[in-house]
Amino acid sequence: MAAKYKVTYIEASGKAHTVEVPEGWSLMEGAVKNLVPGIDADCGGACACATCQVYVDPAWQAALPPKSDMEETMLDFAPEQRPESRLSCQLRMTGALDGIVLRLPKSQH
Amino acid sequence: MPEKIVIIGAGQAGAQAVQTLRAEGFRGAITLAGEEAYPPYQRPPLSKAYLLGSFERPRLFLKPDAFYREADCDLLLGVRAVAIRRAERIVELNDGRLLEYDKLLLTTGTRVRKIACPGADLPGVHYLRDIADVDRLQEVFAAGARIAIVGGGYIGLEVAAVAAKRGLHVTVFEAMDRLMARSVSPQLSDFYAAEHQKAGVVLKLRTGVEAFEGNGKVEQVRAGGAAYPADIVLVGIGVVANDELARDAGLGCDDGIVVDRNAMTGDPAIWAAGDCTRHVGREGTALRLECVQNAIDQAKHAALAMVGRPRTYSEVPWFWSDQYDLKLQIAGLARPTDTIVQRGDPASRKFAVFHLRGGVVAAVEAVNAAPEYLVGKKLIADGVKIAPERLADLSVPMKQMAA
Repeated sequence: MAAKYKVTYIEASGKAHTVEVPEGWSLMEGAVKNLVPGIDADCGGACACATCQVYVDPAWQAALPPKSDMEETMLDFAPEQRPESRLSCQLRMTGALDGIVLRLPKSQH
Repeated sequence: MPEKIVIIGAGQAGAQAVQTLRAEGFRGAITLAGEEAYPPYQRPPLSKAYLLGSFERPRLFLKPDAFYREADCDLLLGVRAVAIRRAERIVELNDGRLLEYDKLLLTTGTRVRKIACPGADLPGVHYLRDIADVDRLQEVFAAGARIAIVGGGYIGLEVAAVAAKRGLHVTVFEAMDRLMARSVSPQLSDFYAAEHQKAGVVLKLRTGVEAFEGNGKVEQVRAGGAAYPADIVLVGIGVVANDELARDAGLGCDDGIVVDRNAMTGDPAIWAAGDCTRHVGREGTALRLECVQNAIDQAKHAALAMVGRPRTYSEVPWFWSDQYDLKLQIAGLARPTDTIVQRGDPASRKFAVFHLRGGVVAAVEAVNAAPEYLVGKKLIADGVKIAPERLADLSVPMKQMAA
């Protein structure tokens, strides 16, 4: 059994969901598998649809790996993009991210 | 009496319909029935990360079990619908159960096309459509094994890429003169052929398979008059729409269940969505699409129509394929008569091929080129006309292309 760590997803409405995500899973999967609304992830995590955008709490930015070119360009075209935007399908759960806080945009389309 | 909706086929489209029906406020009963032992799961990773072993089974499932509980959806697994009695609005299951419906949605998908050649039934001949198929393939997928792949389409080539990475000896047999001939332009075919060869994959184009031979299990493939030793055979020669249930019930079928732009069949109580449908595309021609996009979007449209809020389905189709470190993303449907515009150099392993029809962007095929794909998809949706020279000019960023 992989270790599990906590992630807090905050909907655009302000409603927060704190869930446990197994190590190695993506933070997109953490939301979808725990019924957190607001992440569509139409492509299932293949970095093909840009419908899993999250805003990473500034305090956690430094703990994240850098964006790949593909993620960077996909994000460029996501609605309501901000400097702290990431595609949650590209972020893997690790111990270093235990407790991370992610905010969700109003819409992914 | 609350309304009853029955959904036959527990794949991507079926799961999406449950979600949209509830999101749109449908409060009646929902039953989702599927033939496989598993709740709805993602098929795309099967020939990619799941086969590679880098993606565990629980991650395949589209929704957690709690989703069906909270949606108050009765999920029936391991059952097959054998008949629709339209006059009584009843679906008969193979275990004898009868499901009454007010509205019925068919999301029956496709099944693999079986190869018809001598030795087709030999042990060691595999197909790839569901979890069980991949689990069987995994058992024999060992470094050093020789795998013969029949069919140079998406499935065959994704498996070839995984197999090469896992250290198998790979030979791909393709009857046509190029790879993925049905779905991509010749430029892409040539590029991917070179990439597979670089990875050590042996490509046999224009080579139809004549027979599988062996003693009690497959040992060699006979193709193009020659014999090729093989420990494993993987056949990926396309799929067939599961439309018999609809056809037997007297619904219009033509290589797929015929539906209108609201995903409705000829029976106003029955809709269909996903791979199993033949529908009118945004260009006005009837087509059958095999992709996640169509499963999701058509199921959403079916659900909207079922709750009385129909919206015309005319989304731009999109597809993707992962082979090695190459992400192929396609939007729109190309035709052989389109004008081709290449943007970027294939040698850089980052380029796109645009297809113009009457000067308007009709399709884009992008390799490791997300901006080209995403902007291209938007240009297609908006029907934008762009000069070929401008489209090919790398000094014009994609974001400014429409300006």
